[in-house]
Amino acid sequence: MTDLAWIDGALTSARPQAVSALLRYFRDLDAAEEAFQNACIRALKNWPQNGPPRDPAAWLIMVGRNAGIDQMRRGKKQTALPDEAAISDLEDAEAAIAERLDGAQYRDDILRLLFICCHPDLPATQQIALALRIVSGLSVKQIARAFLVGEAAMEQRITRAKARIAKADVAFEAPGPVERAERLGAVAAMIYLVFNEGYSAGAEDAGHRAPLCEEAIRLARLLLVLFPAEPEIMGLAALMLLTEARRPARFNAAGEAVLLEDQDRGLWRPKMIAEGMALVDKAMRHRRPGPYQVQAAIAALHGQARCAQETDWAQIDLLYATLERLQPSPVTTLNRAVAVAKVRGPEAALAMIAPLADALGGYFHFHGARGAFLLQTGRKGEAREAFDRAIALANTAAEAAHIRMHLDRLMRESAGA
Amino acid sequence: MHYAILCYNSEAVVTSWTKEEDDAVMAKLHVVHERLEKAGKLGPSIRLLPTTTATTLFKQKDLVIDGPYAETKEQLLGFYVIDCADLDEAVAIARELGVANPGGAYEIRPMALFLPGVPLS
Repeated sequence: MTDLAWIDGALTSARPQAVSALLRYFRDLDAAEEAFQNACIRALKNWPQNGPPRDPAAWLIMVGRNAGIDQMRRGKKQTALPDEAAISDLEDAEAAIAERLDGAQYRDDILRLLFICCHPDLPATQQIALALRIVSGLSVKQIARAFLVGEAAMEQRITRAKARIAKADVAFEAPGPVERAERLGAVAAMIYLVFNEGYSAGAEDAGHRAPLCEEAIRLARLLLVLFPAEPEIMGLAALMLLTEARRPARFNAAGEAVLLEDQDRGLWRPKMIAEGMALVDKAMRHRRPGPYQVQAAIAALHGQARCAQETDWAQIDLLYATLERLQPSPVTTLNRAVAVAKVRGPEAALAMIAPLADALGGYFHFHGARGAFLLQTGRKGEAREAFDRAIALANTAAEAAHIRMHLDRLMRESAGA
Repeated sequence: MHYAILCYNSEAVVTSWTKEEDDAVMAKLHVVHERLEKAGKLGPSIRLLPTTTATTLFKQKDLVIDGPYAETKEQLLGFYVIDCADLDEAVAIARELGVANPGGAYEIRPMALFLPGVPLS
């Protein structure tokens, strides 16, 4: 007796391994997916009766491969499927395949499958949609809902993306170390894209999009099992866990975004923070800093501060300085300025962002942060101008509402004065 | 007699639980825990973080490897609960223990939850 929720969970978590191994057999995405589907149907019939197999992924690969081969044979001549009794007695064969599929083989299979999804020819949104469909096994309907498009449109987008990668010709041989590292980098970036697609939603869409964040974390954990000694993968997983931990506190009851310093930290999820911090700790021992690790370390400092006043801004300033060196960008400098304002005051922060005006002149957050710094120095008139610019550039209603809150406070203060 | 109960399950499945599912399991366990504590039978109980957070010290070679202890030749013979500032300190303590008792390995795994329970007789 195996309950359905357990089976469902086991099928979902075995999917990347199973589909990627089936892809190696059949060298065709559609065939691999179909074989996996067939194996799942048989699992639903077989596991409740015979109990779950020792290694669900190996069972699904075995049964899926047989089903796929059958499918091909049936295409040629009508051969009968093996009867259920034969399939249910898989223990021995399954043990053998589990042994043959050692870590290294699985590892390159899954990496290949993920890498196929982040082909450079595909725009970011298609990469994400494809990864969610093929690797995570989300339904087209679920993905369409996450992207706020119709099901038919999403179906078409995925079909088009598949057609494009079918021509892309990704090598099926085991990659060399350099190529493996490159693939890993591209896959990490794609996973972070999936996460951000889920996390950047406003309150009204946050519910629909939360599964994207969960999937991204699941994929990062999977990568970490396959590549346990890669500090940047530890950093990526930690960054997403520490960010996701704050989700329950991000919006107030009215659906407005709540600033990090105003969030109710009692709503943060302590287990995710603990996991993220443990991974940061582990990554640091490698002494090979990278952008994900540094961003995760910053998120960890926020995560461990019991209240906003306890935040170690001096350390955050230093970490942003490291990030500026590793991955120079005006947005990183702008983020650093927020820490600088806390450590060295708003004048220093304003001086730091002054050179960014050209690069970030059209960026909502630039004017929002600048307005806040100006306000802290008491230059209310200039602050108001900056806030007005920010509102004009806001991407979402929530962003605009947030700045309006500052403006309202300004108005009230000047009325009271 | 004191017994240890070691908990096994599919990590991929358990880490995929939603917060609600996780909370529901913990709530049900809490009822059992409370009853056992009142009876003076429950010492510390611990929920470990996933194996992705694990680090393993191979004692004889003094080798520190990322990831859990995955060999099947050895058996689980005991465990320690320690309180450290960070992983570096935990590894240092494991090394110290390893000098006193060489052979085999120590897997160092951070905890997600530590419930002290009641003092056992």
